[in-house]
Amino acid sequence: MVLTWSSVAAAVPEISLTAAICLILLVDVFAGERGRRVTPTLTLLALAVGAALTVRYGHVTERAPLFAGMYVADELGFVLKLAGFLLVAVALLYSRTYLENRSILRGEYYVLALTALLGIFVLVSAGSLLTVYLGVELLALSVYAMVAFDRDSGVSAESAMKYFVLGAIASGALLYGMSLIYGLTGTLDLAEIAARLRAPNTAGVILGLTFIVVAVAFKLGAVPFHMWLPDVYEGAPTSVTLFIGTAPKIAYFALALRLLAQGLAGTASEWVQMLAALAVLTLVVGNVVAIVQSNLKRMLAYSTIANVGFIVLGFVAGTPDGYAAALYYTLVYVLVALGSFGVILLSSAKGFEADLLDDYRGLHQRDPLLALAMMMLMFSTAGVPPFVGFWAKLRIFQVLWETNHLWLVVIAAGMSVVGAYYYLRVVKLMYFDEPPTALPAAQPAARPAAGVRLALGLNAAAVLLLGVLPGPLLDLCARLIH
Amino acid sequence: MHGLLSMLIWLPVGAGLGVLLLGDRNILAGRWLALLASLATLALTVPLWAAFDAGSALPQLTERLPWIPRFDAWYALGVDGISLPLIVLTAFMTVPVVIAGWTVIETRPAEYYAAFLIMEGLMIGVFSATDALLFYFFWEAMLIPMFLIIGIWGGPRRVYATIKFFLYTFLGSVFMLAALIYMYVKGGSYSIASLQTLPLSLVEQRWIFLALLLAFAVKVPMFPVHTWLPDAHVEAPTGGSVILAAIMLKMGGYGFLRFSLPIAPDASRELDLLVIALSLIAVIYIGFVALVQQDMKKLIAYSSIAHMGFVTLGAFVVYEIVRNTHSLRGAGLGLDGAMVQMISHGLISGALFLCVGVLYDRIHSRQIADYGGVVNTMPVFASFMVLFALANTGLPGTSGFVGEFLVILASFNASFWYSALAAVTLVLGAAYTLWLVKRVIFGPVTSPRVAALDDLNGREFVVLSALALAVLVVGVWPAPLLKVMQPSIHHLVAQAIATKI
Repeated sequence: MVLTWSSVAAAVPEISLTAAICLILLVDVFAGERGRRVTPTLTLLALAVGAALTVRYGHVTERAPLFAGMYVADELGFVLKLAGFLLVAVALLYSRTYLENRSILRGEYYVLALTALLGIFVLVSAGSLLTVYLGVELLALSVYAMVAFDRDSGVSAESAMKYFVLGAIASGALLYGMSLIYGLTGTLDLAEIAARLRAPNTAGVILGLTFIVVAVAFKLGAVPFHMWLPDVYEGAPTSVTLFIGTAPKIAYFALALRLLAQGLAGTASEWVQMLAALAVLTLVVGNVVAIVQSNLKRMLAYSTIANVGFIVLGFVAGTPDGYAAALYYTLVYVLVALGSFGVILLSSAKGFEADLLDDYRGLHQRDPLLALAMMMLMFSTAGVPPFVGFWAKLRIFQVLWETNHLWLVVIAAGMSVVGAYYYLRVVKLMYFDEPPTALPAAQPAARPAAGVRLALGLNAAAVLLLGVLPGPLLDLCARLIH
Repeated sequence: MHGLLSMLIWLPVGAGLGVLLLGDRNILAGRWLALLASLATLALTVPLWAAFDAGSALPQLTERLPWIPRFDAWYALGVDGISLPLIVLTAFMTVPVVIAGWTVIETRPAEYYAAFLIMEGLMIGVFSATDALLFYFFWEAMLIPMFLIIGIWGGPRRVYATIKFFLYTFLGSVFMLAALIYMYVKGGSYSIASLQTLPLSLVEQRWIFLALLLAFAVKVPMFPVHTWLPDAHVEAPTGGSVILAAIMLKMGGYGFLRFSLPIAPDASRELDLLVIALSLIAVIYIGFVALVQQDMKKLIAYSSIAHMGFVTLGAFVVYEIVRNTHSLRGAGLGLDGAMVQMISHGLISGALFLCVGVLYDRIHSRQIADYGGVVNTMPVFASFMVLFALANTGLPGTSGFVGEFLVILASFNASFWYSALAAVTLVLGAAYTLWLVKRVIFGPVTSPRVAALDDLNGREFVVLSALALAVLVVGVWPAPLLKVMQPSIHHLVAQAIATKI
């Protein structure tokens, strides 16, 4: 097969990103201490150029295999990659002051973020088990290093260690499951696997499937494979929590979609049941445990788990509509998480992490706009209109009804009410309580630029706008899956 | 006039955002903006009433724009005889709330007015939506400003009260949403009219009825899910209590009329005894509970629950009336009574909460024991308070009489015992209301604080006079109100007694 530009054009996001990583690494090494200041700007520039190139050359409307089927180019991948560019850019934008105040604003951080993004891209476009694994590992290894980035912090090192060890087990499970499936079907190609696996499935296939489901559940953070998530979210520097909480979720959605819904579609009747049990556990544990948290990062970690429960419910429906609902939920969740962790970053200062719930007492009086943004984000996650989180939940309910999952609707509805409580508590702290009399003494050494606050404002405004006019994004998600 | 309903919704919302932008620093301008906006909204109801054709049961002044094509959800508005009076009530009650807060609200006034104006728009949206998804959108969105109003400007236990309020309502609403989505999945449309004609089996109707019942019973509130209301009322600022009692509770009643009866008529027929029993418990048991209250606001809150029991009673006696008398007119009487009761209770309870607010602003206590002999220092106020109290007991000539009388009359056709039990309220209502008046208003001056009271200022006088006028007009001449409702009520009766199986 001859490589021509037209045959690889669809991979332009990965190509441009790889080039950018090399360039930034070199610049960071040779520019010296002062020159390193340009790294953050250069990174944002690289992301913008990458996105522009993707739009110009990488737009695909038809599903097409590339590189002998290892890589799949389709519109879903195209949109998810653009979302990846945007999410990472905004996440890095929010993080800059935070990193500066903790003296960890180093070039490696930006390079790691970009390699993680590359892992996300590989995963999103994976067409074979091998590519899936490559993507998973590239993403995971970059993120492990990011969690441990604050070398002087014991907590960060501990959570990185935990993440690494548990992540390795999940990777092992994934590999083992893949090896079983490969052994039984004789191919790594996902489309080929889908063609060869037909119900009724042998015990071997189901065993392989089980390991793959465990790995996917681990990556998503579904109960009972969730224990890494709160520890990592709490222990990692907030900027890294923000990173983990946003762009990789898109990749893990793609992981579940490519592996389970596409590659292992023939085993749907089995994994639907497994996921249904996981979803119920995830919803209950996530929502109930979140109530008792006193640390906002940890609370949001459990809130993530609860939201993952809804995403998994979309897969439980097992229909294209269900996957579209899960995609919509993922995108909406990521948008809201971006803003919520952004608020934590912007509230923090030098020597003040702003990660305890009590740190938000009376935020409304100290910083009304930040409090307003946070309130909108919290009501959105709770699923209250006019914010976009409502439509995400509505869509999930709808696909569950379409597939006659009465009890899942009832449980999900009940758990949304439980969930509302802890989101309301954040609003209560910000709006109803008086600010603490002794404010943290440390003043920020560097204040976030006005542009960063503007970005956060736009983020919150998007949550409202997409909530009032949800049509276009819903249509987009449906189109991408069908 | 096209777009009238949209204007009624978005004018207050826009003005609310404007007040918010002006901020606390320009609060003088903000206040006037709030007042003008609420008056303008009220003024817009005049052409609305004029343009309404009282001879038709169909939604009128309809607007229809595509909203979410994927769900076949429309930005669809319209009024009929059931929603029109409630929209007017909403617009009418927001004005006194804005005026009542004029000098009283000192902390974060801009947000206070903004919250009330935005809520006004959303509430009008609830009453005018003809698309179930749009209805739900407004229904839930409205919780946010109320949550903030109670939580920010409320009393000492405001956090407990407001979270309880939010979670109770949210719990009910979520199951209503699940039911609405179920019907959408089955019928492919969220339009309320098509939901009303959607064929449903008895089992489906039962579940849908119970899901809707949960949502509306919390909102009304009905026994035994009423416990959030006394807490919310006691802690809410005066304006919050007024809107809560005057409008928000009506949404539960409106929901029964708009959704439960037409969508699940067979289940309603089957389970009508359940609702009737709960209504009678509310009327009698809650009446006794009101009797022992020490806190004025709590007493009025319980009185609200008892009075709202008439609304649900009037709505659900239709089945037995039709069974016994085969008279559609007789069944319509119960629904007429329910509607009038809603309007009248909106005016009276709002007025009573404003009266308590007047006292609270001066003495900062809501305890009945802290008062006594107020008539000696505030004669003008005392006359208003006595008028509203008498209206609350259902004195002929006031609006309170019309609604209760119609419901008792109608339920007599259903069963002697329903009307006999419902009529107990005439005694109980008189007992707790008049005893309240006796302890607070009459008697010798009991404390130096009461002795130092000033009578109503001009602002308060205007507000209470307007309400008093409304209470008397509806009481003496309810015909225009009944006439506007007539075709819609007839249509509703036909829907409610039809069978879908």
